[in-house]
Amino acid sequence: MSNKINGAEALIKSLICEGVDTVFGYPGGAIIPVYDKLYDYTSQLKHILVRHEQGATHAAQGYARATGKTGVVIVTSGPAATNVITGLSDALMDSTPLVVITGQVASSLLGSDAFQETDVVGIVHPVTKWAVQIRRAEDIPAAVARAFYIANNGRPGPVVLDIAKDAQVGMVEWAHRTCDYIRSYIPVPEINNADISEAARMLNHAERPMILSGHGVMISGAENELRMLAEKADIPVAATLLGLSTMPSDHPLYKGMLGMHGNIGPNYNTNRADVILAVGMRFDDRVTGRLDAYAPQAKIIHIDIDSSEFNKNVKAALTIHADARQALQALLPGINQTRRTAWLDSFIPCEKAENEKVIVPEVHPQGGMMKMGEVVNLVSRAFGDKAIGVTDVGQNQMFGSRYFRFTEPRSMLTSGGLGTMGFGLPAAIGAKMGCPEREVVLFVGDGGFQMTIQELGTILEYGTAVKIVLLNNNFLGNVRQWQQLFYDGRFSQTPMVNPDFVAICAAYGIDAENVTDRSQLSDAIARMVKSDKAYLLNVNIDPTDMIFPMIPLGAAVDEMMINANEMFKL
Amino acid sequence: MEKQLFTISVFSENNVGVLNQVTIIFTRRCINLESISASPTSIPGVHKLTFTAYGDRRQMEKVVQQIEKRIDVMKAFLHTDDEIVYQEVALYKVPTDKLLIESNLENIIRHHGARILDITPEYTILEKTGHNDETEALFEELKRYDIRQFVRSGRVTVTKSPIEHVSNYIEQQARLHPDRFPAE
Ligand SMILES: Cc1ncc(C[n+]2csc(CCOP(=O)(O)OP(=O)(O)O)c2C)c(N)n1
Ligand SMILES: [Mg+2]
Repeated sequence: MSNKINGAEALIKSLICEGVDTVFGYPGGAIIPVYDKLYDYTSQLKHILVRHEQGATHAAQGYARATGKTGVVIVTSGPAATNVITGLSDALMDSTPLVVITGQVASSLLGSDAFQETDVVGIVHPVTKWAVQIRRAEDIPAAVARAFYIANNGRPGPVVLDIAKDAQVGMVEWAHRTCDYIRSYIPVPEINNADISEAARMLNHAERPMILSGHGVMISGAENELRMLAEKADIPVAATLLGLSTMPSDHPLYKGMLGMHGNIGPNYNTNRADVILAVGMRFDDRVTGRLDAYAPQAKIIHIDIDSSEFNKNVKAALTIHADARQALQALLPGINQTRRTAWLDSFIPCEKAENEKVIVPEVHPQGGMMKMGEVVNLVSRAFGDKAIGVTDVGQNQMFGSRYFRFTEPRSMLTSGGLGTMGFGLPAAIGAKMGCPEREVVLFVGDGGFQMTIQELGTILEYGTAVKIVLLNNNFLGNVRQWQQLFYDGRFSQTPMVNPDFVAICAAYGIDAENVTDRSQLSDAIARMVKSDKAYLLNVNIDPTDMIFPMIPLGAAVDEMMINANEMFKL
Repeated sequence: MEKQLFTISVFSENNVGVLNQVTIIFTRRCINLESISASPTSIPGVHKLTFTAYGDRRQMEKVVQQIEKRIDVMKAFLHTDDEIVYQEVALYKVPTDKLLIESNLENIIRHHGARILDITPEYTILEKTGHNDETEALFEELKRYDIRQFVRSGRVTVTKSPIEHVSNYIEQQARLHPDRFPAE
């Protein structure tokens, strides 16, 4: 008796063998055979029917980044495949492991402009780590194994499998295939011990060292090693946007966020440091400000698993091509126990100034309309600083990342490199599905919310208990801020007439309330926290509020505005 | 930084779409490719793509890093002309009657080290292998005979270095994964 099954079933069995239990997707003509077989496997493979394929990719990203597992997406050909491009691009920028399966027309029709045919592999090459088209059923098991190996080894990223319809219906002898080796790809390089000794020597001789902690620390699970190294050598740590929650917010050595809207201390002291240990980060322009004025006194040690990041933006004195965790583990024994009181104290005046000029007025305003910072602060506290914070893009993102606090890793999900409005809602849904035992709270703007608002339907269908804090300023606030500061207050196309968001939630069966006045805020938050279902607060925010500090475009990291009229000075 | 001509050599698996993955890395940075060639190498299954392009060194180094990052690519190298031995081949199609009235034809062919590949009453096909300036020089010389077709191949190169980086890479992989080699 032959144990032949069709390609569609082989795909599903291969996914299950890879440990997949949840997929995000949307059916259509060129993927129907897979959906047909899925019908027989619902007990092993949960399919989440999103409301738009972009939502599927962001939900899979949220799932992947909250859990560390690979997010899986299944969509049909043509328009569905083009709808996943934004998510692929976002996942590539933010090193997120995804396997995206697209249906494709039958291989005999390829290149004929058949109905719903697009050149998927051709389109996705620039936005994927790897992509391949499969035309024969027997190639499916090996391709799936290879896809998962590539997506979640080395620097993670998105992979596309474009599966022609005849491959889905063709018959194949089922055999589970695995992949742990590709000749042309070395995901985790061997550590060079000489580099590690040199790094230890540089750090031991440093007087004003600083650690920059990036997403790579989280991806490799190096949070403990990072903290131990920082504590042993008494080195202040700053996080990139995607490195947030690699150190607990209240750790004495944690000095806050880097970059355009980061904290003053780490930005200012970047240009005072004599040695910088950069771990799993890529010196994005939002982090460095003007390059020729970046860290002029510092010798930079750059640890990254992706060697193409070395010397791309910032010249390093020493590069360590390695997994962050392995490198920090190797580094730790050679690091001298040290105390650096003076250097650490040098952060205090920066913190004082920021507190007085920026944080207190934002978090504890004296009257006036509500501010984003005060809302984020109260929400974070109400969840005991233990929730997973998800943000969309805009002012809500920057206030969210500045004022949300973390006690454990993987507690901040945001679209960093691509800055994709509409990321937040589906990412929060995916995060909640990946971590049902954790609270997931989304901070989203009125603009970005409406970019993927259709995913409220997904919440309705699956009862996903995400908490949504709509920071509603009736403006594309972030653009408004730039228009205010740099374009003479000419608010071109940034005010928005918004719908009744609470009524929309009612239509989707989601509990929601308007918070129009500060006096209602605490109680509303308490009700949201207490609810075990999805909940939305539509919070009426001061549209004139601006996110500070700010390193304007073209300025150096230590040239920070603390409000519209004042630069930071010590 | 000064722009100069670089040769970029890419060693990859022979998979569909590798050339596309590599060329878009140039396109994204608006780098015009002067020439391309693709061929097998001495190592089974390993293919070599060779590009020439003008650029500054820093930019080109980053391009090579991005190329090497592609999964299907094993190694990519940046070379200046002094680091490699290289050749191009050019073909010239010239009307035979015009050539025959030239008393000097033998001298031209000898002088340029060209070869005649085919002669018919209508046309003659000459071949010349050499560096760009050499095939160009013959082109200039033949211009007055009314060249009907001219074509020059992409550059093929071998390095002068005694170290065989790609072979070393393959050997290292074979050493680390003895059970898998050579198949994946
Ligand atoms: C898909 C997409 N389109 C446009 C932008 C540019 N953009 C960045 S922030 C922003 C305004 C966001 O407005 P809103 O969602 O209301 O958030 P707010 O800044 O008001 O908190 C815009 C338009 C973007 N980042 N992504
Ligand atoms: Mg807004």
